[in-house]
Amino acid sequence: MSKRILLGTVAVLLVIASAYANFYIAPLERTMGALQKIFYFHAASAWAGMDAFFVCFICNLLYVWKRKPSYDWVAVSAAEVGLAFTTVVLITGPIWAKPAWGIYWTWDARLTSTFVLWLLYVSYLLLRSLIEEPDRRALLSSIFGIFAYLDVPLVYGSIRWWRTQHPQPVIMGGPGSGLEPTMAKVFFFSVLAMHVLMIFLIRERYLLEQTSSEVELLQREAEAT
Amino acid sequence: MKNFDSIFAAYLIGWGVFFVFYLTIAKRSSDLRAEVERLKTALGQKK
Repeated sequence: MSKRILLGTVAVLLVIASAYANFYIAPLERTMGALQKIFYFHAASAWAGMDAFFVCFICNLLYVWKRKPSYDWVAVSAAEVGLAFTTVVLITGPIWAKPAWGIYWTWDARLTSTFVLWLLYVSYLLLRSLIEEPDRRALLSSIFGIFAYLDVPLVYGSIRWWRTQHPQPVIMGGPGSGLEPTMAKVFFFSVLAMHVLMIFLIRERYLLEQTSSEVELLQREAEAT
Repeated sequence: MKNFDSIFAAYLIGWGVFFVFYLTIAKRSSDLRAEVERLKTALGQKK
């Protein structure tokens, strides 16, 4: 069995197991009831998305330093995957918010900074599509990616530094915060499942970028002959 | 189950996003592999 199929199978099995744990193992939350089940999916996706952007940031820095194309390939792969996870966060959040708050959206610090983060990485991908020369594209998008990542600490800190409509942190939120032990186990299991899915998707996207670079090389060779 | 429609929508749309994203990667990958083969054949004929 190839590494690709193995990783994909593990990711799918973990995701199914985490969905089962969310619905059948985690206890019902007292005030929100079953609606709170969205939290396991929403927050775990957010965590995996932020880590994908961190991978992108590190590879952007490494590209600027070493100028090795593979760093740029990992960076764009991680940016796209992070964007997919953040899209899920921006969709599941409002679906939870409507019955919980009575509104789908409000421009508070957490929601706004997350939306800005999404826009920044959409811009990162758009910028790449506008530059044809590979080295120039990699360098300019790496510099942009480094600045785009500055929004991630802002997203993390927004519910810690300011009063927001978004719930206060339950993980690393200081005294009084935290999850019931079974809920915490189920949540961290969901985080693990989402991270394995994230690694699988980044790997798949990286292979695509590798093939794309091969096409560019062959095209140049074809033009030269 | 109260709010079942919201929970169902969140999970369905969420997994839908990941599934569609994976499909786009698979589609782009298969198109590029076909392009590699086409270019290799064209270059082979030129040589």
